[in-house]
Amino acid sequence: MKNKKIMNLVLIGIAVMIAVMPLILIKGSEFGGADGKAEEVVKETNPGYEPWIESFWAPPGGETESLLFALQAAIGSGVVCMVIGYYKGRKDGRRLSVSDR
Amino acid sequence: MKNLKFVILFFMLPSNLFSMHIMEGFLPPLWAGFWWLAALPFIWLGIRSVQKIVNAKPELKPLIAMAGAFAFVLSALKIPSVTGSSSHMTGVALGTLMFGPFTMALLGFIVLLFQALLLAHGGITTLGANTISMAVAGPMIAYFVFSLCRKIGVNERMGIFTAAFLCDIFTYVVTSAQLAFAHPAADGGVAVSIVKFLAVFAITQVPLAVIEGLLTVVVFNILSSYAIDEMKGLGFLKFTMEEQYEK
Repeated sequence: MKNKKIMNLVLIGIAVMIAVMPLILIKGSEFGGADGKAEEVVKETNPGYEPWIESFWAPPGGETESLLFALQAAIGSGVVCMVIGYYKGRKDGRRLSVSDR
Repeated sequence: MKNLKFVILFFMLPSNLFSMHIMEGFLPPLWAGFWWLAALPFIWLGIRSVQKIVNAKPELKPLIAMAGAFAFVLSALKIPSVTGSSSHMTGVALGTLMFGPFTMALLGFIVLLFQALLLAHGGITTLGANTISMAVAGPMIAYFVFSLCRKIGVNERMGIFTAAFLCDIFTYVVTSAQLAFAHPAADGGVAVSIVKFLAVFAITQVPLAVIEGLLTVVVFNILSSYAIDEMKGLGFLKFTMEEQYEK
């Protein structure tokens, strides 16, 4: 149990480092999406191509879009944490009911 | 302690406005239709697989919810990468390793649908293609790799990491192929085109795939501490009873 906790902390630490490193190492980049670049490649390989349909609804601006992304992450992590909490509570409950006897 | 992960993840919330799936309108109608047709049977298999699990083992419902939610979180986080652009993870490997290759076809499809409708991230016409890459091709590879790792006796966590890593990478290889088939280069055709799209997606994705592998192992660690019965039922955790009580 304790080993697993330490291992998890180390793994999360590495994950954070991998995510933060580019921000420190690469200057002058806005870290735009890779799909923006894909759009350029489409224009390059298939110069005549025009997107034939547009999204019928898009968030009006950056703020609303980040709200929706934050909401998505919040709902997702809420459910993940709830399930973890459910199993932890169940395990603790079992242990307590065993020690009661 | 285990909440720390999410606290950290919250600090990495997206700050720019790009998407990583194939955008609306970027596949010609014929290809968009083709990938939709290809995706439909898998979505159906996904529905069947979820039904089967829920009917046979209703106690696994929370884990299904968690598998979907994990993909939901990870695909909302756009993370800076070494190439100077950002991309996001898929999060579909976790559910695949627990429930087999088809469950995530449905859950991944739901995630993609949400993003296409509410976020203009991906698109309705390209939803079929994006489902094939993220919710079908990625999980297939993850399942295959993990089964292989088990067979040759690789350490369980190493197998999980490798499966999640390759799942993430393969998703974007398929995305590149889908774009290349629809937009072959004038000189050199599909092959030249695929290399160009891979250059955009693949290198950006490598560090993110490592992160996805690490986080998938973290969640498995947490689940194997608390949801011992369920994980054993799913074929994980082969230690003895005494060890269980120690933990």
